[in-house]
Amino acid sequence: MIFVYLFSMFFRIGLFGFGGGLAMLPLIFQSVQSFGIMTAEEFSNLVALSQVTPGPMAVNAATYVGFNYAGLPGSIVATLGVCLPAFILMMIVYHFVKKFNDSRIVQGVLGGIRPVTVALIGAAVIFVSETVLAAGPLISKKFLEMGIDYFNLIPICIFAVTIVLVGKFKMKPIRVMILMGIAGALLCGQI
Amino acid sequence: MIPQLQQIVVDKKWLEEDEMIDCIAISQALPGIIAINAATYIGMKVRGFRGALSATLGVILPSFVIIIAVVTLLDSIGENTYIQGAFIGIKAAVCGLILVTVVRMGKKILRSAFAWILAVLAFIAIVGFGINAIWAILAGAIAGIVYNASKLKEVDE
Repeated sequence: MIFVYLFSMFFRIGLFGFGGGLAMLPLIFQSVQSFGIMTAEEFSNLVALSQVTPGPMAVNAATYVGFNYAGLPGSIVATLGVCLPAFILMMIVYHFVKKFNDSRIVQGVLGGIRPVTVALIGAAVIFVSETVLAAGPLISKKFLEMGIDYFNLIPICIFAVTIVLVGKFKMKPIRVMILMGIAGALLCGQI
Repeated sequence: MIPQLQQIVVDKKWLEEDEMIDCIAISQALPGIIAINAATYIGMKVRGFRGALSATLGVILPSFVIIIAVVTLLDSIGENTYIQGAFIGIKAAVCGLILVTVVRMGKKILRSAFAWILAVLAFIAIVGFGINAIWAILAGAIAGIVYNASKLKEVDE
């Protein structure tokens, strides 16, 4: 039963995941939350792990969730689930790629989905930052009570430095991730 | 990942350059994992169904093996303040990285009032009201079809 569960959950993520790994994050987050198999904290660990390991993020996520929840068979089932939609759909449209790319409807669909993927990636920033930059959701009573103490100082500094390094100095993301991992190990271990 | 793939495929003469551009366009347009769409297409082209299957497995396996290895390793180490600290550092950095990505993408994609309105509405729906991302994607697709149709009608008239 667990396996049907995992398979269908990740099949759905694979079927509706547009615009690459980061845009799929909110979809993965909401699914694991609604199935109650992962806390927000664990989810953000998964995101961190996916960023420092190679390969498609959705495959990383499926393997991670499946493995933690139901061992090796679970990871296989979840990974198959997330990959199958892409494989099947490509098999179907393979024979009329040109027609597909030029179709008015496809162009229309993409024109509407692309802005939504920007929103999805924006949502991913919020979901991850709520677990590491602050003590919880940004809109909450606790935030009003605690004021500035609600935010975690060192992670916010790391966050800001990353924006400068990647955004301004165009440093390779993977290098920045490793650097900040080391910084975190030295500075954040005691928190 | 895409520039890497493009170079290998064209070097090995699996696909012509313009065919590769089509392949990438369709891989990004179809739902699902982009790398798997591309692997399936290229595999199909080179060796049919078996080619598609092996190319897809090839793109899945490294991540699969690495994640299981890392999770097993982390479990065996157990609670360690340095590792927990490293995770905090990486997570904070990931927030920054995603923010930079979303700004870059926004500059490229949000070039009309229509696109801005869709993006802002979808963001509020997902973050503010906890609406399932699938609904936002479907709504975006429908809005896109309607908008495109009305625009083409204007051009026709």
